Amino acid sequence: MKKDAIFIGVEVADSVASDPAVGAKLDEVCPVNIFKGTDAGVDIVEQNIDECVLCKLCYDVSPGNVTITKLYDDGAAL
Amino acid sequence: MRFFEYEAREIVKRAGIPVTDYGFTTDAAEAKTIAERIGGPTVIKSQVLTGGRMKAGGVKFADTPEEASQHAADILELEINGHWPRGVLVDPKAEVKQEYYAGVVWDGTAKKPLMLFSDMGGIDIEQVAEEHPDHVGRGHFSPLQPFSDYQAKQVIAAAGVTGKALQRATPILARLARLFLENDMLLAEINPLAELHDGTFVALDAHMEMEDEGMVRQKGLIKALGIAPEEGTREGHTPTPFEEAVKAIDAADHRGVIQGKDTGFHGNIGLVIGAGGGSLTLTDAVRQQGGKPANYSEIGGNPSVAKACGLAKEVLNKDGVEKIAVMMSIVSNTRVDIVARGVIKACLELGKDPGETIAIFRIPGAWEEEGFKILDKYGIEYCDRSVSLWDAAGRAVAKIQGEAA
Repeated sequence: MKKDAIFIGVEVADSVASDPAVGAKLDEVCPVNIFKGTDAGVDIVEQNIDECVLCKLCYDVSPGNVTITKLYDDGAAL
Repeated sequence: MRFFEYEAREIVKRAGIPVTDYGFTTDAAEAKTIAERIGGPTVIKSQVLTGGRMKAGGVKFADTPEEASQHAADILELEINGHWPRGVLVDPKAEVKQEYYAGVVWDGTAKKPLMLFSDMGGIDIEQVAEEHPDHVGRGHFSPLQPFSDYQAKQVIAAAGVTGKALQRATPILARLARLFLENDMLLAEINPLAELHDGTFVALDAHMEMEDEGMVRQKGLIKALGIAPEEGTREGHTPTPFEEAVKAIDAADHRGVIQGKDTGFHGNIGLVIGAGGGSLTLTDAVRQQGGKPANYSEIGGNPSVAKACGLAKEVLNKDGVEKIAVMMSIVSNTRVDIVARGVIKACLELGKDPGETIAIFRIPGAWEEEGFKILDKYGIEYCDRSVSLWDAAGRAVAKIQGEAA
């Protein structure tokens, strides 16, 4: 699952995108509500993507399965 | 928060300062009853939160209760500078020997209250200070240290007042100073403070303004004066659509703080500015370098992208604004990259080229390297802390005025 806004791109690996436990945790840790946990896993809230503060808390939830890219920096990964 | 005269008089009275036996009413018939109680010539005064009452016919003199009632009826129907009266104040017409001015005002530069006293009351103190500076006594006092009546006495004496008048006016100015502190006032003024023929002093008019932030602490006073909570601060002007919009954006998102004012601004340079006194400094810098701001703003406290975007859009949507200058003093708790995203997003959502629309971006501080990457991407002219606020403002003015020429 991948979604891009103007400045930030967010990708959640398909392997965990349908895991409600991961979704709930992502929902809990993100300070700007980019992730919304659902019964089916996780949704990315498009309108909040550009609010990303580059804190990497989502990286700690499921290491290697969440990627934040800086679209203003040639798509460099966080 | 502003107060009507009848409320200000009540505040003065509660502080132990002598006032006349006035009455407030919203009814012409009751005005007659009050005048009968007073039992002599009266003054009927419109209760409006604006100046120029006398000139507009909002202050009239009556010799009889019937006349007082008729004047009250006329004044209650009289709009003054767009304000309808809250009611009328019926006041005994005092036989005055001399009029004085007594006031306490918050001095924002000294960051202390300032007492003022003059033996030329009844007219604007600003006019007296300009034309007869030797008739105005001044003195700061500490809001933290205990207040002494002697401090008030020195101020009155500095206005040239001596003898019994000095002795009698001293406790009045001292009480006004204490009232100022205890009630979180920005302004507490008695003008005129009348000396009657028997040598006593009485407040004939009063003007009070409370610090808006003090309203929470002063709930008891506000309630006692019968002021409904929905009256708010009774701002001196009706907010413009720009001001309302910025306020709504700020209220909708708890992250960071934005404020926007455009009353009295008619320029072509949109300002998205803030940080530690930066707004005032930058507005002054733009003006002093020949620029014409379209607005004043304050942004800080680490606003969200949405909030920075919202403010920038409102500024850009103002008539005559083609470009904005995004400038702050050095920020520590506001992220440069987040503000950069916000203002660029505003341009993009309005179909404008950020590189053309943002005249200059000067926000040094937290996350500036990340911010500069974003600004580079969109071709926006920016500078770091090695460029002063003055020079950044000058560059913005030159760019905007240059293109307008």
